Amino acid sequence: MIGPSKSVNARKEDEPLFELRGITKAFPNVLANDHIDLNIWKGEIHALLGENGAGKSTLSKILYGFYQLDSGEIRFLNKTVHFHSPQDARKLHIGMVFQNFTLIPAMTVIENIALFLPDLGMFLVRKQIIKKINSLSQRFHLEVEPLAPVWQLSIGEQQKVEILKLLLANVKLLILDEPTRVLAPHEIAGLFKVMRGLKEEGYAVIFITHKIKEVLECADRITVMRHGRVTGQLMRSEASEDKIIEMMFGKTKIKQVERIIKAGTTSSKPLLELKKASTKAQGFSVGLKDIDLKIFHGEIVGVAGVSGNGQKELGDLILGLLKCEEGHKFLFGKNATHWPIGRVRREGAAFIPENPLSMAAVPNMTSQENMAVNNTRKYSRRHGFFIDLDTALTDLERSFENLGMTAPPFLCPIKTLSGGNIQRVIIARELAQSAELIVAFYPTKGLDVLSTIAIRQVLMRFRDSGYGIILISDDLEELFSMSDRLIVLYQGKIVGHFKPEETNMVDIGHLMTGARG
Amino acid sequence: MDNKLGSLLKVPTIKKSIAETLLRYLVIILFTFTVFGLVLFIAGKNPIRAYADTFTSIFGSFYGFSELWVQMIPIMLTAVAVALPAKMNLINVGGEGQLFMGGWLATWAALTFQGLPKVIFIPVLMLFGFLGGALWAAIPGLLKAKKLVNETISTLLLNFIAPLIISFSVFGPWRSAESAAYPQTPAFVDAARLPVIPGTRIHLGFIFAMVALLLFWFFMKYTKWGLEIRAIGGNPEAAERMGIRLQWHILFVLCMGGGIAGLAGMAEVTAIHGRLRIGLSQGYGYKGFLLSWVTGGSPIGILLMAFVFAVITSVGDTLQITQGVPYAVINILFSLILFVVLTNPVLKGK
Repeated sequence: MIGPSKSVNARKEDEPLFELRGITKAFPNVLANDHIDLNIWKGEIHALLGENGAGKSTLSKILYGFYQLDSGEIRFLNKTVHFHSPQDARKLHIGMVFQNFTLIPAMTVIENIALFLPDLGMFLVRKQIIKKINSLSQRFHLEVEPLAPVWQLSIGEQQKVEILKLLLANVKLLILDEPTRVLAPHEIAGLFKVMRGLKEEGYAVIFITHKIKEVLECADRITVMRHGRVTGQLMRSEASEDKIIEMMFGKTKIKQVERIIKAGTTSSKPLLELKKASTKAQGFSVGLKDIDLKIFHGEIVGVAGVSGNGQKELGDLILGLLKCEEGHKFLFGKNATHWPIGRVRREGAAFIPENPLSMAAVPNMTSQENMAVNNTRKYSRRHGFFIDLDTALTDLERSFENLGMTAPPFLCPIKTLSGGNIQRVIIARELAQSAELIVAFYPTKGLDVLSTIAIRQVLMRFRDSGYGIILISDDLEELFSMSDRLIVLYQGKIVGHFKPEETNMVDIGHLMTGARG
Repeated sequence: MDNKLGSLLKVPTIKKSIAETLLRYLVIILFTFTVFGLVLFIAGKNPIRAYADTFTSIFGSFYGFSELWVQMIPIMLTAVAVALPAKMNLINVGGEGQLFMGGWLATWAALTFQGLPKVIFIPVLMLFGFLGGALWAAIPGLLKAKKLVNETISTLLLNFIAPLIISFSVFGPWRSAESAAYPQTPAFVDAARLPVIPGTRIHLGFIFAMVALLLFWFFMKYTKWGLEIRAIGGNPEAAERMGIRLQWHILFVLCMGGGIAGLAGMAEVTAIHGRLRIGLSQGYGYKGFLLSWVTGGSPIGILLMAFVFAVITSVGDTLQITQGVPYAVINILFSLILFVVLTNPVLKGK
């Protein structure tokens, strides 16, 4: 057991809990970790910062015993240890919260936690587990209802369950892999509070992220990685945004996206018009109520809202996946209320989905096939008896050129590409056809800084050349910098309609959470 | 440039995968026959003797050998009937019922259109055989497309209804007057009988099966519909969002599968029996299902393993005669194969 440490300042003289020395791990075609050295102290939040593909996840999975290292060594309290599986790591009290949670939705919180306990006996003594959960959850601000089934919990609460699970299993080093990616802003603040509580009690936390702001907010020690190497290590007191940016990107200049405000250029004919459109609530999702919305040429309309307040439904309604229960939908001046999905797309609507791999791509197919299958009408030859894959490839390549993006390999299954590249392929595919309306769902979610900026620039260019764009995002800064108009969704209704110049984030934030309006 | 490189790289992988496939099936076959030999040994029989008997009866005479090919026809067709919907993750357990209904509707046509010349009669019978299976499969197809009933359950349950329709027909309206002792229809006219290779019972259905396998492969690999079906199988949500109509495809593949199974039924009644009988199928639909899953729906695999399945069926016949082992023991052998394949992902080729 590792006792709590109160002496934060004396820590440097202590020996570290874990020492990683020369960790090297290669995958086919890529050196994911190249001689990484890292020390982990108890009572400290250690941020691993870097772009996608910098090797943060690989490194943490090595420490968790998930991957075997090619060379290098892991030392625990000055003794070399070998991890052959996560079980070995857990014996040394290492625990990890993965990006995709490993909870079983149909089971309750305590059942999920009990499954993970190393000392679970023959019988499930609920009372005892509840008692343990309650004592820990109060101490660390991890309040959840122990008897609630997991599917009823929000993502933030599920994350709390994951952390509780580790704490109850006596974990002393928690590895959190991009924990803020799935959280709403106020949930992120809650998570940081939890992390600080853990630190004060002597736990060690490894916090993986690519967001500089978050690191500056909560980390004690910052390790920056790039292309599989450590490019710098700083204590929080020495760190500044500029320093970190330089470590993350080297000499690369980051150009922010600029929006030139156009005065009164909106044409009279909307590309998309929703008139009192409502949808039926399905399962646990909300239904849209009386949505009135117009999108014109050459503008970006931002949709703000806490995730789950009807954004997905709005996109699905435009696409035609959700039916208009009441009201009407007009696209490009025509009544499109009952159009099938294929027609909506053919008439000139492009969709950039929230999660491209699960919503827009067939994982086992190549990018080329994914391009072709999206528009089989265009690429079929001889009445459908052949598919012209070559033309599909040419179109995809041309679209990449048009967008000024670097092309990944197109002839391997799309699931083998990185998240950013999958997103690029889908965007290139969607914008390859002559669209007029772009519905972009969290287009930069989970992307690193450079990809994010590239995609914002693409959208801005399309707006400038006359496209109408709906931008759904949970990044308020993105919405404010990109949008010509902003609407706020709350529980399936539009509760606010602004120009970004005329409002501020605090007001929008209140509307988003239903505090006003 | 990338494209050329890719096509260059593809050739050796295909060759390698065929070699791997062959090796895989060889391992499966050797393993199952060894274990089955053990079963026979425990039952007090001499497995080596049993296999030797089988070997001589199958490979010792031309007729015995030709019977293997006769056996292969319906199971290859019903295997395609399962493999096609499986590409969309639809589980069609209803090959047996679809085969029955194909035979049934073909029988109706054979009894109704007597007097047509053979060149026209055979295509007409094929059409009705196909339709019979396709319409029968349309029931679960519609139920699935409307998101009402799972296709696995509905196709399976319909298997129990189809034989009842056959029974009703052969006991009732279609019963032959001259052989009233047996529940069967009158013999079909000669023009309604599928041509056979003289001296054997190998019939035109073998060509149906080969064409079905070839078309299945071509369809999945090259056509627009194949691409769409693979997309739905790979990610139904994405496919729907791309504008592919799931409901239509569900109905389509189930009907196509059913139609192919119906062809098998049509071939059985018009070539083997020459009339409709209750005992139209020896569980061909289920064997085809097994065959499809054992081979992972690969056309070459279906062809190869169909031969093995036919051998196993002959083993059952031989054992019954020479060793007094009930025919049903071959079910042990079939289930062993499935077991071996399902428990070992390498053998499954995944």
